Amino acid sequence: MDEISGHPDSDHDHKHQAVPSDLALRVKALESLLVEKGLVDPAALDALIDTYQHKVGPGNGARVVARAWVDPAYRERLLTHADAAIAELGYGGMQGEHMVVVENTPKVHNLVVCTLCSCYPWAVLGLPPVWYKSAPYRSRAVIDPRGVLREFGLELAEDVEVRVWDSTADLRYLVLPERPAGTERLSEAELAGLVSRDAMVGVGKVMLAEKGAAA
Amino acid sequence: MNSVHDMGGMHGMGPIEWEKNEPVFHASWEGRAFALSLAMGLWRKWTLDGLRHQIERIPAADYLRMFYYEKWVAALVELMVTAGLASRNELESGVPALGSPKLNPPLTAEKVPEMISKGAPASRNLPATPRFQPGQRVRARNINPIGHTRLPRYARGKLGTIHLDHGVFVFPDTNAHLLGEHPQRVYSVRFAARELWGDQASPRDAVYIDMWDEYLEAA
Repeated sequence: MDEISGHPDSDHDHKHQAVPSDLALRVKALESLLVEKGLVDPAALDALIDTYQHKVGPGNGARVVARAWVDPAYRERLLTHADAAIAELGYGGMQGEHMVVVENTPKVHNLVVCTLCSCYPWAVLGLPPVWYKSAPYRSRAVIDPRGVLREFGLELAEDVEVRVWDSTADLRYLVLPERPAGTERLSEAELAGLVSRDAMVGVGKVMLAEKGAAA
Repeated sequence: MNSVHDMGGMHGMGPIEWEKNEPVFHASWEGRAFALSLAMGLWRKWTLDGLRHQIERIPAADYLRMFYYEKWVAALVELMVTAGLASRNELESGVPALGSPKLNPPLTAEKVPEMISKGAPASRNLPATPRFQPGQRVRARNINPIGHTRLPRYARGKLGTIHLDHGVFVFPDTNAHLLGEHPQRVYSVRFAARELWGDQASPRDAVYIDMWDEYLEAA
């Protein structure tokens, strides 16, 4: 559910797949030492990894967005008291302790970045993708947001205001994307299925997938 | 510190590499490195701000070359050595020092769900009179500390407008160095894109940055 269909970079190989083998060995040796010293519990490491691989991810944020689309009172609470509104759906906690939700409209487009490191709303989106943490995105999102969005296949009209949120403090940002036309008959769960991670970071829009199109 | 981590506004970093169906971790070592860093944080010998600063201190050329979680591991090793949790000898040999006691990890698997669901709020329920009100014009101070700061270089000296008052939060510039929390107000400040970047920017666009009270002066 994180894909932008037709993204120009969607098929190329990634240099981060070429990991030096000694790095994997070094981390293994470090873990063994820390376990032997009683500094870490390997079962706790398993539980942390399992949480972010299987339990906490962009599906959380997608359910928040879908609820806001179908329930105007919830949308209002989400935009004014994000922490409490997100907690209503059972989400929150680590790297989502202080949430701000910013709403896209036909005249305002929001984009989230952390220029100083990799701050990201884990509680609703899970761990950030590599591109979000990378130098190309972090360096250019603030100086050339329209160029960055163009790289993601999104061309914004001149009369749309772009607001970039550089999340360098403890507030974490979630974009509430526009609900696409033609979705009036969809259920809340079906709507959540349309909401991509990228739309909630602000580098994409939510699209109604064409019939038969690849995910 | 003015290192390469503070990269907002830089050119020359190349195209954005978006990956289809990106996994949460690209290899198992990434997950282990991520989890080791979180679990070791529970010894409370350093702060999250301190971890960020340790990553910033990686030499700039290495910072740009290294994998994301490779930087976490490098920072973790330095923090552990400084805190006395492990020695360089132990880290190089992979063997605990002779006679060193076996400890009890503060984070067990049973405690993980609570750790994640509670998080670690950086807000503090303390009174701090706001110096600024929404709508007020402010200038980001021109500071260049050698230590940790969350005031990006591209905003220093620039004029902005207070958008919101977020309340009181721990101050990373001191908390990173274990010099106290110094809780203070954090404001969302709106900077017009043209104030930051000149006429090449759209007259409509803006960058919002959350700024601690000490980063701002009245304009």
